[in-house]
Amino acid sequence: MLKPLGDSAVLLQLGDEINPALNGRVHTLNALLHTNTITGILETVPAYSTLLIHYDPLTLTFDQVADWVRDKTTQLDESFHRTPRRLEVPVRYGGASGLDLEAVARSKGISPSDVIRIHSEREYTVYMMGFTPGFPYMGTLDERLILPRLQTPRTLVRAGTVAIAGSQTGIYPLDSPGGWHLIGWTSLTLFDPSSGTPFLFSDGDVVKFIPLEPLKSDSLLPVTPE
Amino acid sequence: MLEVLDVSGLVTFQDSGRRGWQSYGVPFSGPMDWFAHRVANSLVNNTTDSAVIEIGLGEAVFRAKRDCVLAVTGAGFEVVNYIWTFPLWTSFYVRAGWHVHVKKICGGNWAYLAIAGGFVTPSILGSRSTYLRGGLGSAICTGDILQTGKPANELGKLAAQNFPVKKYMNYSQSPVIEVISGPQQDKFTKDGIQTFYESEYTLSNSFDRMGYRLEPVPRTAQESSSLLVPSSAQSITHLASADLISEGMTMGSVQIPANGQPIVMMADAPTTGGYPKIANVIRADFPLLAQCEAGVSKIRFKEITVEKAQENYREVCNSLKTPYQ
Repeated sequence: MLKPLGDSAVLLQLGDEINPALNGRVHTLNALLHTNTITGILETVPAYSTLLIHYDPLTLTFDQVADWVRDKTTQLDESFHRTPRRLEVPVRYGGASGLDLEAVARSKGISPSDVIRIHSEREYTVYMMGFTPGFPYMGTLDERLILPRLQTPRTLVRAGTVAIAGSQTGIYPLDSPGGWHLIGWTSLTLFDPSSGTPFLFSDGDVVKFIPLEPLKSDSLLPVTPE
Repeated sequence: MLEVLDVSGLVTFQDSGRRGWQSYGVPFSGPMDWFAHRVANSLVNNTTDSAVIEIGLGEAVFRAKRDCVLAVTGAGFEVVNYIWTFPLWTSFYVRAGWHVHVKKICGGNWAYLAIAGGFVTPSILGSRSTYLRGGLGSAICTGDILQTGKPANELGKLAAQNFPVKKYMNYSQSPVIEVISGPQQDKFTKDGIQTFYESEYTLSNSFDRMGYRLEPVPRTAQESSSLLVPSSAQSITHLASADLISEGMTMGSVQIPANGQPIVMMADAPTTGGYPKIANVIRADFPLLAQCEAGVSKIRFKEITVEKAQENYREVCNSLKTPYQ
C-alpha cells in the first residue's frame, strides 16, 4: 500500500506487525531500490513493516515515485535476494554497566546467568534504526525476557549500554536518556561521525552477543542514578 | 570573522540540511524556516546550501573583526548595526569593530544571519547543520570567533541588496496552514478528523527544533475558563489505540498521541515515530508554521492535494531565482 506522507515522501506499507519475514521483505526491497535508483529519489527509511521514500518534489511527482516502487516490488517477488551482514558484539553483562540485570532476573523469576544465557544464545536482526544516530532496534527477544519499558526513563544512559524492552534489544550509541532495561555494556563504538564508516550497524544486519567474563571490580563510569 | 559578544536561546549553524543518513537515525535538520534561510544566502551572493546562523528563542550580538557584508532574514527580529536599526531582508555593510545586534521583537521565532563568503565550519556527515541531541556540532556560544570565507564579490557591490517586498513570505499571526491528509486516517474517528480541521490551535510553550506541540484555542467563553485543560470536544479521538508500529516520518508530519493534541515534527524531527499521523504540513507552508508564536498565533489547517502542494512549492522556489525581478 502506497500513500503520500506530505509532498516529498511516499510511505510503503508491506504489513502491520513486527515479524522477521515481513521486515526481511522491507530490507530486501530497500536494497533493491538502492541498486537501481532514479534521479530525484533522495533517501529511504526502512522500519519494521514500512519503507519511507523521500523524494525531491521539484523533480518527481507522487505518481512517478509510486509507479517506480510498485515496479520494484514486483521484481522483489521474482528473483532479488540479499545476504545480510553478520556481526558479533562482545558484552560485559551486569555490574555498573548493566544496572537492571538482577531486577530483570528477579521479575522474570530466573537467575542473572539465565538472563545472560538466554539473551546471548540467539541471533537478532536489526529491524530498523532510529531514536538517536546509530541506535539499532533488534529482535526478536526470547519470551522469557519480555518486560514493559521502565516506568520512569533514566535521564542518562551511557554509550555502549546493551538494553532490552518489550520484544526488542538494542544498544545506546550515545550518552542519552533511555527507558529500556540495562543489562550490559559493549566497548564497541556504534557511532563515530569522523570515521569513513560512521555507523557500526545498519538495518538488516544479523547480530550475536558474545558474553565476556564479568569484571572483578566495576571500574566503569557509573550511570547517573535516577 | 565575527566575534560572538552575547547569545541567548538557541543559536546554531544550519545549512540546507543533512541528506542520506536517516536510515541510521540521523535527522535531516537544516533551517526551521527554509525560505528565510535561502534568501539570507542569496542576499549576500552565497550558494543556497551555505551555513548561516539560526537565532531562535533568544537573541545575539556580534562584533565584526574586519569589514564584512551581512544579511538577516526571518520573522520576529530587527537588526541594530552600529547605531542604525534595520528591518530584516536586506544586506548591509559592517565596518571592523562595529556591533551587530539581532534583536528579538514580536511576530516570529527564527532569524537567519548570513555573511558574504559564508561561515567556515566543519562538515559532519556531509552537512554543516548542527544537531545538538545527536552531538553533531555545538551551539554557538559567547566568546566564539566565527571564521568566514572569501566573499563572491566586492563588498561594496554586495551591500544594500533588498529582497523585493512582493515576494515576502506571508508570515501571519493567524495563518491557514495547508496540509496533505496523513497515511493513518483510518486510526481516527470521523469526529476526530473534523476536530483537527475545525479547531483553532496555538503553539504551546514547549517547542523546539524537534517539534511543535499545539493546543486548541478555546472556542467559547465557557471553555476559556478552563484554559489549561483542553475541552474534550477539541481533542482528536483515535478509533482504537494511539500506538503505531514505528515508521518513518518527516518534517511537517502531524502526530496525534493519546491526549488527542497534535505535535508537528520540525527540522530535528526523529527519523521514525510511533504515533498515528493525521496530516503533513506542505513544504511551502513550513516557514509560516515555524514562525508562529507560542500562545499568540492562531493556526488553522486546510487540506489540499499533493499535486497542488507541489505546485505551490515550485512557485515559491521559482520566485526565489536570482536576480530578483
